[in-house]
Amino acid sequence: MPTTAPHALADVTASGSTLRRFLHGLPGVDAVGLEARAASLGTRSIKTTAKAYAIDLAISMVDLTTLEGADTPGKVRALGAKAVHPDPTDRTTPATAAVCVYPDMVATAKEAVAGSTVKVASVATAFPAGRAALSVKLADVREAVAAGADEIDMVIDRGAFLAGNYLKVYDEITAVKEACGASARLKVIFETGELSTYDNIRRASWLGMLAGADFIKTSTGKVAVNATPANTLLMLEAVRDFRAQTGVQVGVKPAGGIRTSKDAIKFLVLVNETAGEDWLDNHWFRFGASSLLNDLLMQRQKLATGRYSGPDYVTVD
Amino acid sequence: MSDRLSVFKTYKLYVGGKFPRSESGRVYEVTDAKGKWLANAPQSSRKDARDAVVAARKAFGGWAGATAYNRGQVLYRVAEMLEGRREQFVREVSDAEGLGKSKAAAVVDAAVDRWVWYAGWTDKIAQVVGGGNPVAGPYFNLSSPEPTGVVAILAPQESSFLGLVSVLAPVIATGNTAIVIASEKSPLPALSLGEVLATSDVPGGVVNVLSGRTAEIAAPLAAHQDVNAIDLAGADDVLAKELEIAAADNLKRVLRPQPVDDWAATPGIDRMTAFLETKTVWHPTGSLGASGSSY
Repeated sequence: MPTTAPHALADVTASGSTLRRFLHGLPGVDAVGLEARAASLGTRSIKTTAKAYAIDLAISMVDLTTLEGADTPGKVRALGAKAVHPDPTDRTTPATAAVCVYPDMVATAKEAVAGSTVKVASVATAFPAGRAALSVKLADVREAVAAGADEIDMVIDRGAFLAGNYLKVYDEITAVKEACGASARLKVIFETGELSTYDNIRRASWLGMLAGADFIKTSTGKVAVNATPANTLLMLEAVRDFRAQTGVQVGVKPAGGIRTSKDAIKFLVLVNETAGEDWLDNHWFRFGASSLLNDLLMQRQKLATGRYSGPDYVTVD
Repeated sequence: MSDRLSVFKTYKLYVGGKFPRSESGRVYEVTDAKGKWLANAPQSSRKDARDAVVAARKAFGGWAGATAYNRGQVLYRVAEMLEGRREQFVREVSDAEGLGKSKAAAVVDAAVDRWVWYAGWTDKIAQVVGGGNPVAGPYFNLSSPEPTGVVAILAPQESSFLGLVSVLAPVIATGNTAIVIASEKSPLPALSLGEVLATSDVPGGVVNVLSGRTAEIAAPLAAHQDVNAIDLAGADDVLAKELEIAAADNLKRVLRPQPVDDWAATPGIDRMTAFLETKTVWHPTGSLGASGSSY
């Protein structure tokens, strides 16, 4: 993945004004239509074998997350063990995609998932506010990568974005991308709840992809409005259109507020119907979640045994 | 005013403090004792049962953690609200069970008195079934009753109101939360009781009322891993056996159907102790160290 913009759109990032002209030239979002489409796709009935497939797929897409001030090494190790074997009573359960922790916990997490397919993702760049000097943010990223993080979740500077200083945001993302090096994949968090409009979410998506994001991610999970079907649908449209124009595939990660299997399956329907089957893989689509996994496991147990399960039969995180 | 349009009541379920229709969209016809149509009641599905369990589980911590005194006040408040709706319940019980006005009124009064009776028990049951145990060592040894958890109740089929109250009140008086399957033939008093509970101080989810085919709703509840106990009062022999087998799979407490000749008789505390667990703690009292200090 080149760190410069793909050449089909190379000229739009030449200067602040061309970038602004491009982003403001993107078609406006029909908010009512978007929400209606997201809602109508949410009414699909996914049952029996399709449901079993969807649940396993969703489990394999979970970025099992703990981002609390009170995180201890013990909690991170427990999380790692759960990511590797989500349901110890049923070894056919797939492992989750990754664990997501703060940079200082990367080494602990890395140790906990060693020998498995589970990756370690780390939030960086002064998460969740993103209000720090660029040099501090880059140091944050480098430390996380040096500790072994496979993926970096960065937050954009929403202040600069909302002030219309798109080039600053662009430059920051490219700098972070560079700091990630060749090994770590970069997820760019827009904090959609703070961008106020759907038009802004579309612009941020394109801006992030132009700057070289490997993933675009809705939110930090730390604000009132997090991932919704509508804003995820909008971002899925953006990655689809971006690939059509440049040939580069970018992943999507809704995060925060997805707590039930039913919600997760609705998101998978959105992915399939919008971006297409190519994205139905944990290399290209993730759920940022913590409590979602337990609900998926309870649903999985229900499908396997025919009995409704309860919270006593999954771990307390 | 003879040309006034009649206002029919839509009976709904009571789950998590709200009044949903059945998730399945189904209803079934409820008739009075003579077969005359009374209303359409929701016919719950297993998903309604599942939702009710989620609501009951969510409410359990708060209700079990409330002081016994507070639970007593709340239950007494239910009796107050019932008293205010006396006419309605007399009519519903009279329709459902084919009783005359005065007999139905006696049944409703007995049911209100039953609430009051159990309301009084909330802060007394611990003294009766718990207490200090004599042990041969320097310890306090204390046993206290604790609620079992989420209890599924198959309400009695014949006594649609007094029977219902007699099985429901003891379960929640001790701090359990309940999912009640109303009498299949006459669910209306139970569904109206939901409206009373919603306007009392009972937190949403402590009592959840489902109507429909008893066997259909009870099966997923008996097998549900997150239901701690089941009261089979309203099950016939065949159904009771089936449900007990399903419940054994996940180690539920099961209260088998007990023959009851007269629901109005003083019930005793058996229905409360059926859904209580005894917790015993040891607390050292003697000298702990060389200094000889105690505590």
